[in-house]
Amino acid sequence: MSAPGADHVLPLREGAVSGPPRGASIIAQIKKANIEYVLSVPDQHTSVGLLYPIAADRDLRLIRVCKEDECFGIAAGLTYGNIRSLILVQYTGFLYAANAIRGVPCEQKLPMCFMIGMLGKEPGVPATQSKKFGLRIIEPILDAMGIQHTSIETEDDVPKISGLIDAAWRESRPQAIILGGRPEAK
Amino acid sequence: MINRREALQFLSRRVTDQIVVATYSSATDWLDIIDRPLNYFSSGAMGLASSHGLGLALARPERRVIVLDGDGSLLMNLGTLVTIAQVAPRNLTHLVFQNGTYEANGGHPIPNQGVDFEAHARAAGMRDTFTVSTLKDFEARSETILAADHLVFGCIKIEQGPLGPRSYKEMYRHERRMALREALAH
Repeated sequence: MSAPGADHVLPLREGAVSGPPRGASIIAQIKKANIEYVLSVPDQHTSVGLLYPIAADRDLRLIRVCKEDECFGIAAGLTYGNIRSLILVQYTGFLYAANAIRGVPCEQKLPMCFMIGMLGKEPGVPATQSKKFGLRIIEPILDAMGIQHTSIETEDDVPKISGLIDAAWRESRPQAIILGGRPEAK
Repeated sequence: MINRREALQFLSRRVTDQIVVATYSSATDWLDIIDRPLNYFSSGAMGLASSHGLGLALARPERRVIVLDGDGSLLMNLGTLVTIAQVAPRNLTHLVFQNGTYEANGGHPIPNQGVDFEAHARAAGMRDTFTVSTLKDFEARSETILAADHLVFGCIKIEQGPLGPRSYKEMYRHERRMALREALAH
């Protein structure tokens, strides 16, 4: 049974049938969802496979912030101006920014989408069963905050991303996209 | 030292189509002085007013955004100065009202009441910065604050205002946010 806030997603498969998510595929989905700005603090999990390609992409505007909670303030201002952004942080940054997430997208019911890099997550193992305490608590915290979340483990999961972002905007609510699989730079 | 209310009353007589982002004590004074759709009251997490302002400035480059920040608030998000200086939106004015106290939280002193915010802003990379401690000097900066064509940072040295509990219920109303969104849609 999936977690209370989890979208209906395919269960994790043994052996990762389609391989890790590709950064280029994720970027294509981001663009398909009309994201203009990416707000981020660097993360080893997404650095090579996703963040460097985003930084090099002329269609996306990357804003490098000093601390993760800034992302949620900037995204709010963009949202009130009807501009879509995507927040890209590591799970530790998500934990750091919890109060900003509580107060901005949750309490203001804003369409705000954030990707959480799960550095160190074991492939094929659900995050809630990880050996790492910090990873195990992410989904329960999202559930406690009432934030819908979906895990991206393999390349097969990537095509969902644009739909998740569109749905968050349609329903004016936050959406977490958990990057369990480490994006590959191809 | 400047009386914050007098400074804001002066500003309110000159503001036109600018978006004004205010927080805590500045927000309560500003709303009491001038209620308008283009007001944005930063809520959710203390310290993020300038981040909200940055997002609005990026979303609506045709309008000037004026952030009315507090010293205690800015200390909670000092990295914002670096982020804003890097992005350097031409339509953003970031004002910090410095009275050396957490006025909205009982008047306790901030750490190091003599902190030099203008020096922080300059070290972060901002070029047009100023500090004023008289109303006359503040008034002399009004053209820059309201209509400059570049990023501006100003530190306004003020007297401590009245302590005591504040009600934020009115300023954080959902309808107020929707009015801002509507105003920005045109």
